[in-house]
Amino acid sequence: MVGIVSYGSYIPSYRLPRDVIAKEWDTPSLGGERALASFDEDSLTLAMNASIDALGERNPKEVAGIFFASTTSPYREKQAAATVATVLDTDKELRTMDFTDSLRAGTSALLTALDLAKAGELLLVCAGDARMGEPDTIQEQNYGDAGGALVIGSENVIAELVGTHTVSQEFLGTWRTEEQDYLKSFPGGFENKFGYNRFIAETVRGLLQKCNLEAKDITNAAIAAPTQRALQGALRSLGFDIKNQVQETFWNTVGDAGTAQPLVLLAAVLERAKPGDLILVAGYGDGGDAALFRVTDGIAGFQVARSVYSQIEVKRTLQSYGKYARFRKLLRKDYTTQDESTPVVLLRDQKQILPLYGGKCPACGVIQFPIHRICTECGYRDGLEEIKLSRRGTLFTFTNDYLTETPDPPTTHAVVDLEGGGRVFVQLTDCEADRVEIGMPLELTFRKYHEGYGIKNYFWKARPAE
Amino acid sequence: MNIRDKVAVIGAGCSKFGENYDKSAEDMIVEAALDAYTDARIDPSQIQAAWVGTLSSASAGNALADPLKLFNIPITRVENYCASGMDAFRNASMAVASGMYDVVLALGFEKLRDSGQRGLGTFGDHPVVGYGTTAPSLFAMAANRYFETYGIDKTALAKVAIKNHHNGTMSPKAHFRMEVSEDQVVNAPLICSPLGLLDCCPTTDGAAAVIICKEELARSFRPDPVKVKGVGLSVTSGEPYMKPSFAYTGFPATAQAAQSAYEQAGLTAKDIDLVECHDCFTITEILNYEDLGLCERGEGWRYVAEGRANIDGGAVPVNPSGGLKSFGHPIGATGIRMIYEVSQHLWGKAGDRQVKDAEVGLAHNLGGPGSVGCVTILANS
Repeated sequence: MVGIVSYGSYIPSYRLPRDVIAKEWDTPSLGGERALASFDEDSLTLAMNASIDALGERNPKEVAGIFFASTTSPYREKQAAATVATVLDTDKELRTMDFTDSLRAGTSALLTALDLAKAGELLLVCAGDARMGEPDTIQEQNYGDAGGALVIGSENVIAELVGTHTVSQEFLGTWRTEEQDYLKSFPGGFENKFGYNRFIAETVRGLLQKCNLEAKDITNAAIAAPTQRALQGALRSLGFDIKNQVQETFWNTVGDAGTAQPLVLLAAVLERAKPGDLILVAGYGDGGDAALFRVTDGIAGFQVARSVYSQIEVKRTLQSYGKYARFRKLLRKDYTTQDESTPVVLLRDQKQILPLYGGKCPACGVIQFPIHRICTECGYRDGLEEIKLSRRGTLFTFTNDYLTETPDPPTTHAVVDLEGGGRVFVQLTDCEADRVEIGMPLELTFRKYHEGYGIKNYFWKARPAE
Repeated sequence: MNIRDKVAVIGAGCSKFGENYDKSAEDMIVEAALDAYTDARIDPSQIQAAWVGTLSSASAGNALADPLKLFNIPITRVENYCASGMDAFRNASMAVASGMYDVVLALGFEKLRDSGQRGLGTFGDHPVVGYGTTAPSLFAMAANRYFETYGIDKTALAKVAIKNHHNGTMSPKAHFRMEVSEDQVVNAPLICSPLGLLDCCPTTDGAAAVIICKEELARSFRPDPVKVKGVGLSVTSGEPYMKPSFAYTGFPATAQAAQSAYEQAGLTAKDIDLVECHDCFTITEILNYEDLGLCERGEGWRYVAEGRANIDGGAVPVNPSGGLKSFGHPIGATGIRMIYEVSQHLWGKAGDRQVKDAEVGLAHNLGGPGSVGCVTILANS
């Protein structure tokens, strides 16, 4: 039985009200707000943090493949899936692949994983997107940032695969070339009428026919859509009761999250699913992808680490277009302190930086970070045992630093005592400076520290635990 | 080997500290060195070796050779974070004590204002671990931990700033010569919480120099040489924030360096008449009181709040010069400037800020995130 074993989602804590964007350009506001990746987040960290939740306590060594989907990969050349695999601490012998360049890369990665799972393999599919609409366009208001992840396998599934369907169709509705900084959409109703509506209808109809089902049989459908209105246009002809059978797209709270959107919507559907439910997921872009699942009894005992709905509720509202502009490097800075880095050290310390291993002294038992050659507490000289550090801890001490250059001051430096041992010194994120206090429970979150040497310098930060 | 009474300070000099935009490093080095030559009544040809302390303003002994035209003698550059100056003095003292040289120069300097950088900038040489830390952030984390442990707040820190700025008004060569109020200190813009602008020492240019010699020769230069009674240096982890056992309510490097200096001197904190300590931030001075043994653990904030650290406070006065807080902190210069200041008091030449009947003085220099502690005890008999 092939299907979904687990899932996770990640909504960044910042929200940018569309009114803030509209006010900046004296244009009408579309209303609502969009989720916004902070300056230390990108498509990879969004997908990464969803993946950590999706994998949960499962043994990462059992994962045979990791697929990362995005239209905004951190590198033009350099795989993100390999980073996800290393952070999750999988075996090296696994298949990693990035699915890019199409809005439906998220669902395409999912369909590919479902095919591979038939051979008995456990796979992780993740997607993250932080797409850039050009300033002073509808797209700037429309897009939102998020990440989603699914663990796909053939044992202990919470939703069993019923069928899949894909349609590929050459179409220029929204695109971005190597030379373009922002996505271009052909103006007017062209894309919705001749692209989105048709492809979603065709894909979903094809899937239902394959499975000998009708729209009324579907319990809940997670269907990617640029806007809630577009969704209605596409599904009306199929006979769906939009209100009761189709997951709302979080357009008001998150926005169009690109390749991650169908995965986030699917997570939201699964959060409320009951055994026997028939669940449909569909992605749009250069055609469409769709998959149908039947929820199993396994859903009853399933606990998601962090629900989509709770993440939508816990938010910080950014009232400054200028800060958004700085996060996204829309404003040029004449002079910045040169951040330094080197791939050499990042490779040498990879096991400490990415999967966060520390050392345990065989003599005195103290867990320490980084992995010292000689124990920092007792001087034991014959090497420490590598040990994976906990992702949760409490704040031992901190400071809000207004001197360090950052797009989002202050920088909060945090000394964190991890559960089970180990003390790390990291930055605190997703937390207002006046909320920080000694003893507060924290969880680690994977973030981008800076881009010194023109590379993405990822490491862990801490944030208030839920 | 014990250094006690083997080495003497026979001259000390100091440049004007401050935002010396109109002076080069050469100008300040020459100013401090000539001041020291005059004070010691020596000719530079008598200097047999020299040590220069600087964090980042120079790399080699040439930093002294060129401005002072001290050619063809051994000159060593010393760097040990913010304790570079006193460690230069310590190395110079040990070389004299060893019998290798009779008369040597120890000079510290730093030229910070030419770069336009705020403070010392960010630290760390690792791409991500410890990324973005600043000097105040490292001590601010101690402050928050101290507050949590003893239940006090930043008004306790303000007492240090008020006292040191007051003392600085009596130091002609100090960077700042102005009084500050508790209201000003507590409400100053935050730099690294809880430390505000007036909890931090300024970014200062300056140089200081001392001439030291073999004790037996000292009286041939001046009738009142200052004797080196003890020197201690201790280095602990430069990453205390990742050391599981680090309590963050004191700096063991200071305590260990002090113990070493006290032992050599055969003295205890009770015998000290004045202290020049490393108040890079207000919290640091409070922790220094405890680490140097001027009071019990957890009592440092009371020591200053009750006025005991004042010049005439009835206990051991701390930082009569105004300290780093008011006199300024040109990194490599500071440790030597402390030796200069203590010597002024032991010679009775400290003017309005003179500590009465001072016979024994202690100077304390601290580097890194509290990881390099250096303590020197001097006496005039």
